[in-house]
Amino acid sequence: MTDLYHSQRAMRQMRKAAMQRGVVAVLDVGSSKIACMVLRFDGPDRNRAEDGVGPLAGQSQFRVIGAATTRSRGIRFGEVEGLQEAERAIRTVVQSAQKAAGQRVDHVIACMAGASPRSYGLAGEIPLTDNVVTEQDIARVLAACDIPDIGEGREVLHAQPVNFALDNRSGLSDPRGQIGHHLSVDMHLLTVNRSAVECLLHCLKRCDLEVAGIASSAYVAGLSALVEDEQELGSACIDMGAGATGISIFMRKHMIYADTVRMGGDLVTRDIAMGLQIPLPLAERIKTFHGGVHATGMDDRDMIPLTADTGDWEKDSRKVSRTELIGIMRPRVEEILEDARQHLDAAGFEHLPSQQIVLTGGGSLIPGVDMLAARILGQRVRLGRPLRVQGLPQGAAGAGFASAVGLCLFAAHPQDEWWDFEIPSDRYPARSLRRALRWFRDNW
Amino acid sequence: MRPLSGAPKSPSPGRRDPAPSRWAYRWSRLWLTPGFRTLVRVGLPIAVTALIAGGWLASESRRAILVSSYESLRDQFQERPEFMVNLVSIEGASPVLAEAIRVGLALPLPQSSFRIDLEGARKRVESFDAVRRAEMRILPGGVLQVSVTERVPALVWRAPDGLWLIDEGGHRVAQIGARSLRGDLPLIAGEGADQHVADALELISAAKPLTERLRGLVRMGERRWDVVLDRDQRILLPEANPVRALERILAQDQATGLFSRDVLAADLRSDRRLTIRISPEGAESLRKIRLAQTGG
Repeated sequence: MTDLYHSQRAMRQMRKAAMQRGVVAVLDVGSSKIACMVLRFDGPDRNRAEDGVGPLAGQSQFRVIGAATTRSRGIRFGEVEGLQEAERAIRTVVQSAQKAAGQRVDHVIACMAGASPRSYGLAGEIPLTDNVVTEQDIARVLAACDIPDIGEGREVLHAQPVNFALDNRSGLSDPRGQIGHHLSVDMHLLTVNRSAVECLLHCLKRCDLEVAGIASSAYVAGLSALVEDEQELGSACIDMGAGATGISIFMRKHMIYADTVRMGGDLVTRDIAMGLQIPLPLAERIKTFHGGVHATGMDDRDMIPLTADTGDWEKDSRKVSRTELIGIMRPRVEEILEDARQHLDAAGFEHLPSQQIVLTGGGSLIPGVDMLAARILGQRVRLGRPLRVQGLPQGAAGAGFASAVGLCLFAAHPQDEWWDFEIPSDRYPARSLRRALRWFRDNW
Repeated sequence: MRPLSGAPKSPSPGRRDPAPSRWAYRWSRLWLTPGFRTLVRVGLPIAVTALIAGGWLASESRRAILVSSYESLRDQFQERPEFMVNLVSIEGASPVLAEAIRVGLALPLPQSSFRIDLEGARKRVESFDAVRRAEMRILPGGVLQVSVTERVPALVWRAPDGLWLIDEGGHRVAQIGARSLRGDLPLIAGEGADQHVADALELISAAKPLTERLRGLVRMGERRWDVVLDRDQRILLPEANPVRALERILAQDQATGLFSRDVLAADLRSDRRLTIRISPEGAESLRKIRLAQTGG
């Protein structure tokens, strides 16, 4: 685990270097498409005065100068399956984004949907030596969290302190300088399969890109699709992707739970292809043009031609009513949402004060899915589209780009994670120069 | 039924993988690097041009051909009749000086005006003692005009190496054989006198009442002036403020007729007192007069 801890620190350094250079790419590696956006950072106060744009949680400091998507290859369930294929897809999308930006990009921040994430809630508590909380105390309390057995071959992807408590006062976001006797912290730890992360990192490395950060797709989709008060009061974001459906729960602007259902829109397409005996591209096309989850009387008369190229005239000139199509799609969508429901129940979502559910991702574009979700997940369901960021092309403003846009926000304004805090001084090597410097600083 | 003849359909054109190869990807990234781009766009053409030019010029004979063809072109242009200078006209100089300048310039005429070093020629003309300033210009029609301003002699200087005419600035104008040739100009003598011509001229103008009797000025020990009158009378002027001292003694002369008496020298070197040196005969007769007055 210390390996990843150090590599996460190295990624933060890389991100800082990218900020200094001013150009960074974000890469959303999904199962149906890979999206790449090139961001240019102009500094925080570029257009504050003239057009009345406030700081907007750091979104006004960057601008999307190049965006590209490509059909993804070699990705299944949000994980890299064929390394060569995935590498070629990443090359394609990075090259065309660079071309659109007219600028070379060396640093990339990536997100992935799969790798079976698992959430842990950690707690740590220390007594304070002198009653004022210092940075060292925070480092110590973070180090005092008891790490659960995350299992063999798993890595920590996110480790975010979500809550600090000082004696009886809880809900502190920044306890530094406050007075108390016992400091405790709640931390949210997200672990993923190491092999999946390593595959992705290897792909990026083979594309000559420096990784400046890696994030969970469910988390960043929540960042962009949830509005601020939803993040504050408690809500869940369901990112219905092609290969995996990501679930993230936000509370008090922190992610407190994330998980993935290994089912998605691809399964719906597959069902249609099998049920109607048509090729997959045609099934995908029929799904996007005519799909739905609520059948009405009108749909019985709405005939969809199923053209094929087999040479059998009877097979090539079939027609199917839209009701039949809906009859194929609906059970699968229901199944996905039921599964999401189970994960939400397991996470204790019903105990949150506000139980807003936001559907986003490409799967949320199926007409009527919000009504279906309201039946399964609870009444407070809405469809979420990603936040508008500067320079975002119209084609990348749809719900399918929620995690890509969220990754932009993540790149601009990452949350403090475990590796952003100081290392407690007793963890330094005994003869370290930095330890000596720290001793001087603490004592004078 | 599907027709048996006829072209088979192309196998689904949309399925082609558009991914760039590894090298194409690297090349596109390299091409988007600003430094590399500048290098290729600017550096490469310069390098290629320099290489071709260098390769062509590597041979000695080609270089010689290039140089000679350039020179012949240049000569052809410069030798055109509208650029040729055929005549030197000298203005503002006396005939003797003009002839001397003409010989001194020694321009081989006709010559192209590109080849004439006007500045050098002007320096050469101005190196003549009698020339104060010279201007040269080439007039249309192939005439080189030299406008000369001569120096005007203001004094005659009896220098150690002969008798010279010098102008107001102390510059030598010409040598003359005898003082009587320029009797109209005042005479100065002594080493270093030409360095202080302005003082001398001031003194001479101050000594206007004595002009008929003035023989000249002598620079003594390169630091002060003596005014020499006829009958070997001298006025020894101080180093500082000589004109004032001279005016004072001249006023005294007008009041008392000092210099019409038997006085050898009036010494003004000390401004506290005026010392008069009398001739021995005068001193003797003065003594006799004193004796007679005292009745001794």
